[in-house]
Amino acid sequence: MSKDRAKESSEEIIAMEDVWFAYRDNPVVEAINLRIYANDFLGIIGPNGGGKTTIFKLILGLLTPDKGRVTINGGDPCEHRTVIGYVPQYRTFDFGFPISVQEMVLMGRLGTIRKPFRKYSNEDHAIVQNCLETMEIVDLRNRQVDQLSGGQQQKVMLARALATEPEVLLLDEPTNHVDVQTGGHFFGLLKELHEKMAVVVISHDIGAISTTIDRIGCMNKRLYLHDSAEITEEMIAESYQCPIDLIAHGVPHRVLQEHHVLERK
Amino acid sequence: MIEILYFEFFRNALIAGLLASVACGVMGTYVVVKKISFISGGIAHSAFGGIGLGYLLGFNPIIGAVIFSIASALGIGVISQQGHENEDTIIATMWATGMALGILFIALAPGYAPDLMSYLFGNILFVPTEDLLIMLLLDVLIIGVVWLFYNEFLALSFDEEFATIMNIPVKKLSLLLLCLIALTVVMLIKIVGVILVIALLSIPAAIAHQHTENLKKIMMVAILFGMLFTFAGMWLSYLADVPSGATIIILAAGAYGISIAFGKIRKKSVSMR
Repeated sequence: MSKDRAKESSEEIIAMEDVWFAYRDNPVVEAINLRIYANDFLGIIGPNGGGKTTIFKLILGLLTPDKGRVTINGGDPCEHRTVIGYVPQYRTFDFGFPISVQEMVLMGRLGTIRKPFRKYSNEDHAIVQNCLETMEIVDLRNRQVDQLSGGQQQKVMLARALATEPEVLLLDEPTNHVDVQTGGHFFGLLKELHEKMAVVVISHDIGAISTTIDRIGCMNKRLYLHDSAEITEEMIAESYQCPIDLIAHGVPHRVLQEHHVLERK
Repeated sequence: MIEILYFEFFRNALIAGLLASVACGVMGTYVVVKKISFISGGIAHSAFGGIGLGYLLGFNPIIGAVIFSIASALGIGVISQQGHENEDTIIATMWATGMALGILFIALAPGYAPDLMSYLFGNILFVPTEDLLIMLLLDVLIIGVVWLFYNEFLALSFDEEFATIMNIPVKKLSLLLLCLIALTVVMLIKIVGVILVIALLSIPAAIAHQHTENLKKIMMVAILFGMLFTFAGMWLSYLADVPSGATIIILAAGAYGISIAFGKIRKKSVSMR
């Protein structure tokens, strides 16, 4: 992962310029302008259905914008997406599939193998070993993924993303399937990873996010960015004012209150 | 037992069973882990159209089966990848249309189709030597392609979205996988026939999947189960003088049932510990 440091910390990696996207005729994402730099640590919050996951899919070239432009390192997302480590929210796979932790993490190397008939080299195995160590799951390497707990599975997904040696890590609700304690540990890990790469994390866990990220974006069809190292309750209230119709339901406040209760315990 | 080994047809049957089990174990594993038995059924039944065309135009029906099964594999694959149509409906349409074409072609063909039943329900005791050579070539082709693309096939079977991000040509390789399944189906038609293929393709791998956890091991174990079912079924059908294809399938289904029950008991005893 040393190559990332070779980049200037302020260098732009991902750029979204006036990006619009609609599923059938349902606009999900409107007029998004977002630049992600090599030293970025961005948190994205917002209500469900607000288009957060869609932003990631547009960046990864899994969806094509109806209008506007997405670039990775100045080029086409489909060509350059291998510099991104992606941890999806929804399990796009079946955990009953006969595959070991090691085999799953190795898949993160497939994007960097240029030769046809991709076979893993010794270097690939060494990188995977490193990622397993970083995530503290070396002892699970030969286990089947369906034998793991939610937190362990999440670590394997992150290890797979790290195996791509990414310049940017995109995480979609990484603490959704884990308990509060593991979630806290997870954000600590992200903070360490941020030393080496840009991190963008979508999360409902505003309490955990606020102590780790450098800036925050509030997403509800449109993206409102706030440059701030710390999120105050006022700031969240302010940022959630952008989705005016949704703040009336008090979604973010309810999340916050739950966390206050937990902290008192 | 010894004297029947002298018969060429019995020797050919053994070799055919062996060759078919290899392809069946390897590709059946993908069918089971990707949960595409229904697609395989569609491919198998549409192959019957090619068999009928062979009768009508007077060429080897197996060649017709190869053309029709590959065409239906590509058809199902391409149309469902476009995402406008319901995959389930496409498969059902291909399934029945292939059979309908086969029936029409055979009705139009002059004279009588002597070994028609063997294509519908299989007859392992009726495999000519030249077909063994075709089966051997298909085995080499299937194993070679799977060996080359093993990591890619694993990635796209496990997590299509992640494989896409890794810039693996997911759509093209998925079509290739379907074509390999189509070729396997053609080999199995010789053993159990168009109608019973779907069971022989999925049962050995399904049993192997219950007891092993690694894709390569599942393939190996599935090959062994495939051989066991074909050889035992062949021998039993010879003794009882009943159709071999049906006997093989009944044996396989019985073993699958036992395996499911055994797996449940094992799980229970683990959870009680």
